[in-house]
Formats: sequence, structure tokens, C-alpha cells
Amino acid sequence: MPISLLAIPFLPLAAFVLTLLLGKQMGTRAHWLPIIAVLISFCCAVAAFFRVQSDEIINQDIYTWISSGEFKVSVGFLVDQLTAVMLLVVTSVSSLVHIYSVGYMRGEAGYYRFFAYLSLFTFSMLMLVMGNNFLQLFFGWEAVGLSSYLLIGFYFEKNSAADAGKKAFIVNRFGDFGFLLGLLLIFTQFGSLHYAEVFGLVPNIDGKSIHLLGMEILLPTLIALLLFCGAIGKSAQIPLHVWLPDAMEGPTPVSALIHAATMVTAGVFLVARCNPLFALSPFALDFITVLGAITALFAATIALVQTDIKRVVAYSTVSQLAYMFIACGVGAYAAGIFHLFTHAFFKALLFLGCGSVILGMHHEQDLRSMGGLKKYMPITYWTFLLASLSISGVPPFAGFFSKDEILLMAFNSGSPAGQFAFWIGLFVAFLTAFYSFRLLFLVFHGEFRGTTEQKKHVHESPLVVTAPLMILALGAIASGWFGIPAGLGGSNHWAQFLEPVLGHPHVQLSHGAELGLMLISVAAGAGGIVLAFFMYRKRPELPSHLANRFAGAYRVLLNKYYVDELYQFAIVKPSLWFSQHVLLRVFDIRGIEGVVNGLPRLIGAFANKLRLLQDGAVSHYLAWMGGGALVLLALLLTRY
Amino acid sequence: MPLLSVLIFFPILGGLSLLFVERKTETVRLVALVVSLFELVFTLPVFFLFDKTTHLMQFREQHDWISALNINYALGIDGISVLFVLLTALITVLCVLVSWESIQEKVKEFYIALLVLEGAMMGVFCALDFFLFYVFWEAMLIPMFLIIGVWGGPNRLYATIKFFLYTLVGSLLMLVGIILLYLGAGRTFDVIALAGQAYPFKLQLLVFWLFFAAFAVKVPMWPVHTWLPDAHTEAPTAGSVILAGVLIKMGAYGFLRFSLPMLPQATIAMLTPMLVLSVIAIVYGAMVCLAQTDLKRLVAYSSVSHMGFVTLGLFALNQQGLEGSILQMINHGLVTGALFLAIGIVYERTHTREIAAYGGLATTMPVFAGFFMVFTLAAVGLPGTNGFIGEWLILLGAFRAQPVYAVIAATGLILGAWYMLWLYQRIFFGGVGEQVRSLIPLNVREIVTLVPLVLLIFWIGIYPDALLDFLRVSVGHLVEQVHGATGLAEAGQTALMPIP
Repeated sequence: MPISLLAIPFLPLAAFVLTLLLGKQMGTRAHWLPIIAVLISFCCAVAAFFRVQSDEIINQDIYTWISSGEFKVSVGFLVDQLTAVMLLVVTSVSSLVHIYSVGYMRGEAGYYRFFAYLSLFTFSMLMLVMGNNFLQLFFGWEAVGLSSYLLIGFYFEKNSAADAGKKAFIVNRFGDFGFLLGLLLIFTQFGSLHYAEVFGLVPNIDGKSIHLLGMEILLPTLIALLLFCGAIGKSAQIPLHVWLPDAMEGPTPVSALIHAATMVTAGVFLVARCNPLFALSPFALDFITVLGAITALFAATIALVQTDIKRVVAYSTVSQLAYMFIACGVGAYAAGIFHLFTHAFFKALLFLGCGSVILGMHHEQDLRSMGGLKKYMPITYWTFLLASLSISGVPPFAGFFSKDEILLMAFNSGSPAGQFAFWIGLFVAFLTAFYSFRLLFLVFHGEFRGTTEQKKHVHESPLVVTAPLMILALGAIASGWFGIPAGLGGSNHWAQFLEPVLGHPHVQLSHGAELGLMLISVAAGAGGIVLAFFMYRKRPELPSHLANRFAGAYRVLLNKYYVDELYQFAIVKPSLWFSQHVLLRVFDIRGIEGVVNGLPRLIGAFANKLRLLQDGAVSHYLAWMGGGALVLLALLLTRY
Repeated sequence: MPLLSVLIFFPILGGLSLLFVERKTETVRLVALVVSLFELVFTLPVFFLFDKTTHLMQFREQHDWISALNINYALGIDGISVLFVLLTALITVLCVLVSWESIQEKVKEFYIALLVLEGAMMGVFCALDFFLFYVFWEAMLIPMFLIIGVWGGPNRLYATIKFFLYTLVGSLLMLVGIILLYLGAGRTFDVIALAGQAYPFKLQLLVFWLFFAAFAVKVPMWPVHTWLPDAHTEAPTAGSVILAGVLIKMGAYGFLRFSLPMLPQATIAMLTPMLVLSVIAIVYGAMVCLAQTDLKRLVAYSSVSHMGFVTLGLFALNQQGLEGSILQMINHGLVTGALFLAIGIVYERTHTREIAAYGGLATTMPVFAGFFMVFTLAAVGLPGTNGFIGEWLILLGAFRAQPVYAVIAATGLILGAWYMLWLYQRIFFGGVGEQVRSLIPLNVREIVTLVPLVLLIFWIGIYPDALLDFLRVSVGHLVEQVHGATGLAEAGQTALMPIP
């Protein structure tokens, strides 16, 4: 195995360990090791990409990790087309976020800790995408979860941050519960956890079903849905989406890297990686499509009314991830990964832009105190605008191509689920453009609504912050050009490149129909932008007017459909009550301890009574003696 | 050289030699540390000379003891016991270190008890004569009883008597079982010979439950676990560490060494109740952790949950389950031992076990927070730590045997993360509380105590084969013994067959 490939994950690991141990002494220079490590990783990733492009696929075990009886799993690496793309996304965004953080985190307590965690995350994410087997994927999966936990709770002295970190970890564990069972099932069925072996044997289980817990279930469906549980958690889909908005408690660079560009897309990566398995279960695929469509709509509607700048973008992320799942669900995995790729750039840009705004506003995050920042923060504004155009699907920006590809493939699939997802997706495209430009207008246009004190201090961010914005802006513009569809005279290099791993569904539509769909989706995006312009620039009194008019609906959206409250009420509180009052109080203390302490007490009480016989009165002893003699006599008499 | 005898009697003699040391506490501590370190060094030849390719007993010693009853002084270890010998030696060194300042009264007597206890524990793992085993088994009880009863917390008498009675009742029933087997097998206490016999099913069943009484209490399995929280809370730190680290492994070891190979038919017949009790322990223990307000009680109940995993893997009765189970015992010894050590370290500074009294320790003791984070992650079974390897193998074994139990047990993953991260949050995060404002950072001795545990946690997590290699052949033999005797193919292969 070439050293340059091993360097990709292990340099950030080395940087993590060294920075954690020595960072305190390095003080404000603690960022150097992590930055150098991730930049070298990035270069190696580029090299790996070109290696793969010349059809050099690497799949190699390093050493045996666990072996027990028939079970054996190695630590090993697989670098194919899919991995190569993920490597580029992870290392490039991670590099930019590392650099950006030098400016954003300057002067924070725990500066070195932050960079150490970033390195840990980069290592984990790279292990996740580079592993050649399911268990190593699971290792990366949990390790990114850990890094996410540590970074969300970076400001641990704040209770809300500590709560959010814990919530992210535990909610993800619900998904991992299914994921783990899926892995167990895969091993018992295929006798291996290595991708190559499992996917080679996949045809063997086609159409088979098993009895599990009293139900008869199609085996591929069961495996696919169990794996998808993990994806639901990690990629924040309904019903496990609740952790992602709270994760915004973490420093903003973390939100950009982990909670937008890379980690949360791991679920999409998982489904794409396992496409041979999912392909066997139309039910699982339809399920993914429909869940994706519902989540996309659900999150987009919440994003419409949020007032925290980061939360808007967070719900937007949930919604865009759902788009990727729609693509996977209709079998267009390459389209899903395409959107993952473009989204990584424009969403990271949006988040880092938010970060720049927050920095300029001295840690103000409420939209209601912003406005008119355009003239104070021109670079942030223009890059933010590009990202917004990209996410709204305006041609020729990146988001247009990837989103359009997804809608096209959904429509093309012809299945009811695909049709459903298409129409919902189209509507969500409209909503997306609307909330994105609502955000843009509220932050950068109009009058400044903050205090005069705030106004005095608003400033553009330093170059170390704005440079990554400008580089990402290039990605938000151009990253879509890899996949220009046939309908626009391109040849979709993207899908061709990934075809060996992900396949490519046949497109039945004519170029004319393709162009027609494109027009409709662009119209939806443009409609959203126009409506936002109308509501927030032309008639700024309209939003609050509408909010009053539809107060009920507004409150439901503002409170995120009360899902958190529901979980609190239906799961958390009852579990705690049950533990405290039933298990501990009734079972343990009264039940078991009652018996344990009661038995000796019973014996003691009996002994106390027995003791009374020996009371020292001779007449009593005589009576007992006489009685005893009589009984003995009686016994003897009845015997003989 | 009779290596195992040295391992057993060196610490006992070393402990007794303290009687002749002057009453200066520094000297006593130093001698105890040297003795425990030498003992650790003595285990190295066991580690390096151990032949991993055979299931036969190694380093054997055999001498007549009470010939009239055919009782022998017989020692030997195989892949199942060798790791426990290493664990015992390591944990004892850490216990000596952690007691350095926390034990201030009757120092000499404390270290004598600790070292004698170490010898007895070694004896339990090395004995190949059932009678000898019983002697060591009961001998352990006395120093442990004293450690809790003399150096324990305010409610120590209740706790220690409870501990003593619980275990004694179990032990006596086991003694009856031993005698029944002795008579049934033609008057021998030889563990190997006893395992080679075919006993009538009724006798097996009777003896199985008699043994169960002793082993289940020690593990402890649900519902005979209630001595553990009390013993842990009242014991001094070293007592808790030994208890969690080694002592409660004895129960599971008993199942492995005696119940499974000697009573295979009864074991298989009683699988369902054993598996049910295991998953109850996992879920029940974890949920009760959510309701705890006392640091040590919480970790004690988490032990109940983790030991549920151990017995689950054990009664999965296949290679993965058993290897996972043994590995998890080692892991639990290291991790829960580490948690008790850490709690001891912080208790010495705050003198409270009340979780609510803590908060913000990550600010005041950042290095300690780092250590505790590693232990927490290992306890929740994060991949890369040792906890994951054990839990994974156990779940795999259980899934192959009886999927439903694996599914229930896997909920322990969620609950485990819940109570451990919540605990971590309450101790380390949030604002700095009044009581923890001026805590002194870890000293060198404390760091030296914790570092080996961190290294082992990651070493086993990244390269578990180093330990699994020891188990492979012996566990394979055990699986054969159990399933061969009952003429069944390996359990589980049949349970999950796809429907054609």
C-alpha cells in the first residue's frame, strides 16, 4: 500500500495526538501541526484521485483487527471512485475550515483543544470513507460521532452546549442500534464484513426471507433498513433529525465542516457504498425516497421562520441531505453523491459566511438584530450571495446541476415514490430559494436593526477568514460543471466516473423533456427568490402580518413541530420516571432488598421468640420437661 | 521453578513480611509497592512462555495434600485463566498506588490484607483441584471483608456483613455441589477429571443450580446483585477497584471452568433462564444507573449491566460469545477499575460522592477530565477502545445463538451512552461549582496510576488479537466440550437459517 495513501488519514491522527499533548505549550501556534497535516492529506487525496482516474483501484488489508472463530475482520483500505470523491470533499473542506478557524477561534480558551479535535475529526472521517469493510466504517462512524460530541460541547461551561453534544451522541446511538444489528445480520448471512466479499455474495440472498422476532421479512429489505437506521441518525433524517439544529451550539467552523459538508453526509455515503444491497430491496429504496421527500419538506418549512442565523442553515442542511436520499432512493446514487459534492461547497460557504457575520457582529446570532451588513462586509456578502444562488438552483451555479439531476432522476424513475419525491422536491426547491434569500435579505439588506453600540463595531473579517470564503465560492460556482447533463449538451462526466461503483440508471426521457423539467425547477427557484424579495424588501411588514394571521401554523413551525417536546414527554421523562420509581424504588429497594434484609430480620424475630423459652423460671422449665416427656411417651406408645 | 506457586505465595509472604517492618507508613507502602511490582514481573514469564497452541493446562504443579480424601495441591493455567492472572497482578499494583494517601490508618494491616487477597485471587485462577479452589475462594472473602469493614465508609458494617452473607450462602451451596460431584465422579477433586465424566442429567441439574448460587452472586447476576452497590459505595477505593477489577470476575470464571465443561447437558437445558437473566441485568442495570445520585453507586450498577453482557456471551456458548465474554471481563476489570480509581482520586479532594455536588471539573482539572473521558468512552464501547471489541463479539455470539437476546442487549448501547455521558456532563461540564473551585491537579503518582490503563484500553481496542490469541484454542476446546457432550452442532447455526 502506497505510503501516500496511508498518510491521508494518519497524518491528521498524528497531529491530533501531538497537538493534544503539546498544544498547551504551543499556545497561539497550536494550529500549525493540524493545518500542515490536513494540507498534506489534501495533496495526497488529489494524487489518489488521479490514480483512481487512471483506473488504479486499491483494496488492501493492513492487519487483522479482530479474529474469533469464523469471524475475521481486518483494518484495510479501499480507494475507488466513490472514496476518491469523498477524499477530495473531506480534505478540501477540512483544510479550508482549519485555516478559517485560525481567524475565527483566535484568542479562545482551549484554542489548541479545538485544533486537536478538528484533526481527530478529519482522521475519523477519512477512516470512515477509506475503510474496506463494514466494521471499519463503523469505527469511523462512531469516531466522527465522538469528534462531533467533543466539538459541539466545545464551550462545555455552557449548559446548552454540553446538552447539545450529549444529545447528538445519544440520538445517533439510536440509529447505531439498528446499524449494528444490520452488521450482525450481514455477517451471519455472508460470513464476512468486507465490502468486496459481501457485495460479491449479495445475489445469494435475493428473494430470501427470514423469521425474526416472529415476523417473516425479506432479508435484503431487513438488512437495508437496518443499515439505513444508521444513516437516519448520522444524516439527521426524520425521526432522528433533532440533534442537528442543537449541534449549532458548536463553534461555527465546526458546523460548516462536520454538520454540513462532511459528517452528516456519511449516511448518504453509506447508502451509496452499499448500493448492491439496497438494489435488491425495492421496498427499502421506496422507503428511503419517501422519507427523504418528507424530511426535505419538513425541514424546509421549519427553516422558513427561524430567527437564529445558524438554525436556518441547519434546517436547510437537513432538507438538502434529504434531497441526496431521494436520489439514492430512486437508484441514482451518482446524483446523490453529486449533490453531496456541490452541497459541501455551497453549504460550507453559507456556514462560514454566517460565521463571518457572527464574528463581525461580535457573537450576535439573531437575525432580528442584523440587516444592512452588505456595506460593512462586502466580501462576506458577495460570497454569501453566490452560495445562496447556488443552493437556490440558479444556473449556472453548482447547486443547479446537482439538484436538477436529482429531480430529473426522481421523475425518470417512474415509480409512485419517485413521482411523489419529484413533486415534493420541486416544491422544496421553491421553499429553499425563499428561505435562503430571506436570510440573505435579513442579514445584508435593509436597515441595521441592532443596537448603535453593535453598529459601531461591525467590521469585515480578516483575510484568514475571507480567503476560505472566496475559495469556497469558486466551488459553489463551478463544482457543478463536472456533471453537465446531456440535455444541455454535456456528457455528465460525473456519472460516468462513478459508474463502476454506483451504476447508472437508464434515462428514458428525451432531451426536450429534460429541458422542460429543468425550466420548471429553475422557475421554482426563481419564484422563491422573487417572493423573498417581495416579502422582505418590498413589503417588509408582510412577514409579521402573515405570522399574526396564521398564528397557529407559525407557532408550530417556530417550535419545530414540537418534536423535541414530544420526545421529552414520550421517551425521556417516562424512562427516567420508570428507572427511578419502578426499577429502583419498587424492584430494587422494596422487592429484592426487602427479601434480602427481610430474611435475616425474619430469622432474628423468630430467634427472639424462641429466646423467650429460656426465661430462667424453673417452673417453666419443669413444665416444658414434663410436656416433652409426655410427647415422647405418646410417641413410644403409638409406635409399639 | 514452580511459577504459579510463587505467584500465589509471594504476595502472601510479602504481605506477612510487613509484620516485621517498622511501623513507619512510608516504609510499609514502599515494601507493598515493591512486592506488588515484583509479582507483576513474575507474571511476565507466564505471559511470554505461555503456549497458545494448546488447550492443555500449563505450568502444572501437583502434590499430594490430603491423600485420604484424594485432595491434591494441583495448579495449572490455560488460555481461559492466564489473562486473569495478568489482570490480577496489574490491578493490585494500581491498588497499592491509589491507596498511597487515601489510607492513613492501620496502613500496615491494610497492605497485608491487600497482598494476602492478591495471593488468594491468584490461587483461585490457578487451582486445578476443586477443593483447593474452594479454599482459595473462601480465603479471598476474609481480607475483602476486612478491607471493606475496617477501611470503608460510614455504613461499612452493614455493607460488609451483607457482602459476607451473600457470598457465604452461595459458597456453601457450591460446597455441597462440589461434594456431590466428588462422589458422583468416584472421589476425585481433579478439575480435568471431573470435566471428563458424564454425570446423570438430574445430578447435573442439581449441581448446576448449586454452583449457580455461588457464581451468580459473585458475578453478580440479576436479581442477586444488591450487595454490590453497597459494597462498592462503602469500600475504600482500592477495595472497589479489586472488587470490580478481579473479584466479580470469579463468578463468570466459575461458570467457565466448572459449570460449562462439567455440566454440559444441564447448561444447555438451562440456557433460556441464563440468557433471560443476562439481558435483564443489561437493561435493568443500565436503567437504574439513570436514577442514581451517587457516583460509586452509579458505576456499581453499570457493572451489573456490563456483567450482563459477560454472562450473555458466556451462555451464547459459541466461540465469539465466549471469547468476547472473557475479553469483556478483562475490559471491565480495566475500565470499571479505572472509573473507581478516578472516582477515588476526585473523592480524596472533594470528600463527596454526590453527583450533584460536582460540575465544571473540566475547567479545574482538565488532565483528569481527559483521562475520565477515555474511560467513559471505553465504558460505552466506542470502537477503538477495548469495550467495543468485547461487546461486539458478545453481540455477535448471542446473535448467532439467539438473535432476540442480542437485539435486547443492543439497547444497552443506547442506555450506556445515556447514563455515562450524562454522568460525565454532570461532573465535568457546566459552570464551576462552589465545592470544586480549588481542586489541585493530578499529581505524578496519580497520573502514573492512570496511564497504563489508558494505554491498555487503546491497545486492546486496536489490536485485540494480542489477547484473543491466548483464548482461541482453549475456548475452542471448551465449546467442543459443551457441544460435543450433548451431540449438538454449534448452537446458533440452526437458529438463523434463511427460509428457502
